Amino acid sequence: MLRLEGVSASYGAVTVLRDVALEARGGEVTCIMGRNGVGKTTLMRAIMGLVARQGRFMLDGDDLSDLPAHEVPRHGIALVPQGRRLFGPLTVAENLEIGLMTRHRGRAVRERVLDLFPRLRERLGQVSQTLSGGEQQMLAIARALCMEPKVLLLDEPTEGLQPSMIAAIRDVVMGLKATGVATVLVEQRVEAVLQMADRVAFMDHGRVAEVLAVADLRADAPQFAAYVGV
Amino acid sequence: MKAWLFHLVALAGLAVLAAVLPAYHANNLARVLVLAVYATGYNLAFGYTGMLSLGHALFFGAGMFGAALPVTLWGWGGVPVLALGMLAGGVVAGAVGLLALRTKGVSFMIVTLMFAQAGYLTLIWFNAVTGGDQGLVLPGAARRVLGIDLTQDAPRLWLALGIYAVALLLAVALVRSRFGRIMLAMRENEERSRMLGYNPYAVKLKVLVVSGLYAGLAGAAYGLFFGYAGAGFATVQYSILPMLYSLLGGAGTALGPLIGAAAMFWLIDFVSSLTNAYLMLVGVALIVLVLFAPRGILGFVRERWLPWLP
Repeated sequence: MLRLEGVSASYGAVTVLRDVALEARGGEVTCIMGRNGVGKTTLMRAIMGLVARQGRFMLDGDDLSDLPAHEVPRHGIALVPQGRRLFGPLTVAENLEIGLMTRHRGRAVRERVLDLFPRLRERLGQVSQTLSGGEQQMLAIARALCMEPKVLLLDEPTEGLQPSMIAAIRDVVMGLKATGVATVLVEQRVEAVLQMADRVAFMDHGRVAEVLAVADLRADAPQFAAYVGV
Repeated sequence: MKAWLFHLVALAGLAVLAAVLPAYHANNLARVLVLAVYATGYNLAFGYTGMLSLGHALFFGAGMFGAALPVTLWGWGGVPVLALGMLAGGVVAGAVGLLALRTKGVSFMIVTLMFAQAGYLTLIWFNAVTGGDQGLVLPGAARRVLGIDLTQDAPRLWLALGIYAVALLLAVALVRSRFGRIMLAMRENEERSRMLGYNPYAVKLKVLVVSGLYAGLAGAAYGLFFGYAGAGFATVQYSILPMLYSLLGGAGTALGPLIGAAAMFWLIDFVSSLTNAYLMLVGVALIVLVLFAPRGILGFVRERWLPWLP
């Protein structure tokens, strides 16, 4: 389980996160929602150590608070950033290999990941910047899964994708639940949240304002609408 | 397999050239091969890992004087001075990298340039030992490696080819290895690499040391092969040359630096026989190449026909 306590983060003099507390439990999808600019992406980056941060970051009892950014993934936290962020000139296979090497995973893990994304198996030798947007998103997720993470952070993975791709990604996320992975999902689309999430953390002005179970949200549609601004 | 075959065929082609070239061109080819070793090392840092350094002349100079000083001071020669020169290049690169790699991009370029200038001025300052501007002439007796007389054109060329072959094949092995993938990832985006668990500082320092070993070996070989070591080889011009060779031949291609070095060398040789304004014509030729093949000669070939080329 990933637990955040008193987390703040800033870009220079601008403080974006203030005293954030959050839990992401194994086998659950925790969704982060909120209006643009409230700090959702910064929270993902803070967990990875990619922005200046304070507070406690605990993973299964281990304190990751003071780790440099490059050591965070080795402890089992993987980020699929907004906009995919692949290594464009490298092939699909090479991108996957970079993910595998992080935690010294081998062929068996690669095969399991490729079973989840058969389209990537057909394109292993293809340069990744020539893939479609949906395929690039699959590759970004596949690269993260090659680390066999305990916690998977997904920053708006369905943004700009066609419905069939969204469905494929949703199936993978749902499948991860069964494997015990804790998934933290930044998502703006209400129907996607209701389909995938177990709990939703609403952010406002750099804080987690409230965490609710999805079952409760279904019963209280007006509150849900108020938080997501619809 | 295709990649290895391609490079082995290229080396076989060079061997044929070495066997048939007349003395004048054979001597030039030896020079080109040694400079290609230097540029191949530079390309590992620049073309594969994205470090734009203007400090490599310091590593080249360290290698050259790391080999030349034991020759002039203690009468050493042969493989030990080549090894010492190579080691000097690697050690200096490591020391520079420890500090310079705290910066990146343009700042890294400027910091490495300043280190190289400091190195050049140090060579000038200690002119009683280094020969300063005039340099050191290495005695013929010391210029023997494994029984090969380096004062003779043909043996010198074959040894240069041997050293280049080893340097090239090691570079191919490195860039095709798992570590080579991480080098490419660094070149493409450091933060993305960090996000995936790789330490840019450590990776780039390792590559810079390897690049320094190449530069040191090339500097040592240049001194021994051509019998001269001078502070002029530690000037900024000798940091720019391997960059030009890499860009011209194809940055991020293993054989590109050799193609770039050879093209530049013979272009200057040919055009200078036509006019005194040869540098202007060479400049025009380079501009045309950059406009029509911005990825360099072999980069263009890779893009069009051989996408598997490392």
